[in-house]
Amino acid sequence: MSEVIPYSKLRKDIAQRDRSLREKVVSLEEAASFVHDGDSVGVGGSTMSRTPMGLIWALIRAKRKKLSVSRCIVSSDGDLLFGSGACERITTSWFSQGILWGVSKVMRHYAETGKARYDEWSHMALGMRFRAGAMGIPFMPIRSMLGSDVLQLRPEAKEMDCPFTGEKLLLVPALNPDVALIHVQRCDPYGNAQIDGLQFMDMDLAMAANKVILTTERIITNDQIRRAPDQTKIPFFTVDAVVELPFGCAPHECYGVYEPMMRHMQYYVDLVNKDPVKGMQEYLERFVYGPKSWTEFLDLIGLDDLLVAARAGKSIYDT
Amino acid sequence: MTLKSAYTARELLAILSARQLKDGQVVFAGVGIPLLAATLAQRLHCPGLTILFEGGVIGALIEPGKLPPSTNDQRCTQRANMVLSSADVLLLLQRGYIDVGFMGGAQIDQYGNLNSSFIGDPKKPTTRLPGTGGGNDISSLTNMIVAMQHEKRRFVEQVDFITSPGWLRGRDTRRESGLPAGGMFRVVTDLAVFGFDEETRRMKPLALNPGVTREQVQDNTGFKLEFTHDTGVTEPPTEHELSLLRTLDPERLFIA
Repeated sequence: MSEVIPYSKLRKDIAQRDRSLREKVVSLEEAASFVHDGDSVGVGGSTMSRTPMGLIWALIRAKRKKLSVSRCIVSSDGDLLFGSGACERITTSWFSQGILWGVSKVMRHYAETGKARYDEWSHMALGMRFRAGAMGIPFMPIRSMLGSDVLQLRPEAKEMDCPFTGEKLLLVPALNPDVALIHVQRCDPYGNAQIDGLQFMDMDLAMAANKVILTTERIITNDQIRRAPDQTKIPFFTVDAVVELPFGCAPHECYGVYEPMMRHMQYYVDLVNKDPVKGMQEYLERFVYGPKSWTEFLDLIGLDDLLVAARAGKSIYDT
Repeated sequence: MTLKSAYTARELLAILSARQLKDGQVVFAGVGIPLLAATLAQRLHCPGLTILFEGGVIGALIEPGKLPPSTNDQRCTQRANMVLSSADVLLLLQRGYIDVGFMGGAQIDQYGNLNSSFIGDPKKPTTRLPGTGGGNDISSLTNMIVAMQHEKRRFVEQVDFITSPGWLRGRDTRRESGLPAGGMFRVVTDLAVFGFDEETRRMKPLALNPGVTREQVQDNTGFKLEFTHDTGVTEPPTEHELSLLRTLDPERLFIA
């Protein structure tokens, strides 16, 4: 399967998007309707950091199917996407709940039985695939993955001899997702987004995707954005929808706002790693399908857990 | 032998690994034992050690008791010099700024190739492991120190899957595959410290850990090891090293 989208289509798609300065604030449910069955979805953040969990939660509730998801490192977000049946293929460099918990039994269940695909790339390769996508070129040359079996499983990447030096290089294909889901600390109603702390691959991802949905801890005014334009990491014209969603990464972390809700994560990991099918079903019923709203989901995590996480999150500014 | 029970295998790993680092080096570290060891080295003989994380951090200074659960969490950025994107921090390896890559490993072979992807046939694996993360990039592009527990099932003649390249099939095969820089330098285990032969690129024991015999190391290794009269003995962990290490991980998340 050729993954590279022809340049003419990339340009045509962007030309057709409404890139005007306009307010884009929608509800979480409306935002989910921007993602269609079968879409390739790029997910921002990494591991348990700035994961757009609220959006993923909303997509699962909206019963999206056959999504193909890419993210630099995948944690319990990938478990939920596989376990709910929303996603058939995850492209990433590392997939398990977190190093503290060993190997995800959910990932194992789906990948080992062939019920879903986990396509593995090196971390840098995936980053350069998003970057090529962001740059509007079909590939990037890199010097890793060569000689390894990771490359053997990825015929989409091509070895070539450098036309200048004759050295062996690996060309990794551009990745331009249909839609990117990114959570940020703050943005204005137009989608000018400021990211604190680690950026991961989110800037490349936003530029590469054909549509961007932002969730944000809070919406600020355009004046506030203009006071610190150097802090703006994603320009508004790449963005199609903005959702104000406090604790939108729960139970994962959002830099400077909250650390992961570790009690909930431990509960989750114990439940799904004991039985990746029944445990997952129980979790989904109780925490994804059960609550009436994101706030009600946060309520189920519990105020104690949220406050501990919030205090730890803000402590990054203590020193 | 009395000291042997005074520390855990992981504590020994962290301390012996820390000793492999030199002051002034720029180190790309994985989370767990590598991060603990690099932080320990910073507080012992390497005050000028710079730690990088694949999450995008340059110059991390980890606070005791606040070890990050992954290399992508905000705790990694505590008092760092710089944060940048994941791709850009890895590109520093490609450019050549990094002296040492420092990782754990699930399975290693005689040429220092690491597997963290599949146990069994990749097409029909017994176990799908989490995957490479930045491991493949780090081991493709710089000199590697690997810290891992020494078990026969982890030290095999040939890994089921090369996730992170060591010397591939030995001799010049790494260079011929398009990897002209870096390579496996040291493997530190709870039983011994290993290097690699300059020509054949096979793993060779450099020193046995205190109280460990050659037979014990060979019995726990799935390929033939060649001991020579040069094979030495490592110094046991000192009280100072142990107490410092324990203050870094008071909850014993990584050293139990």
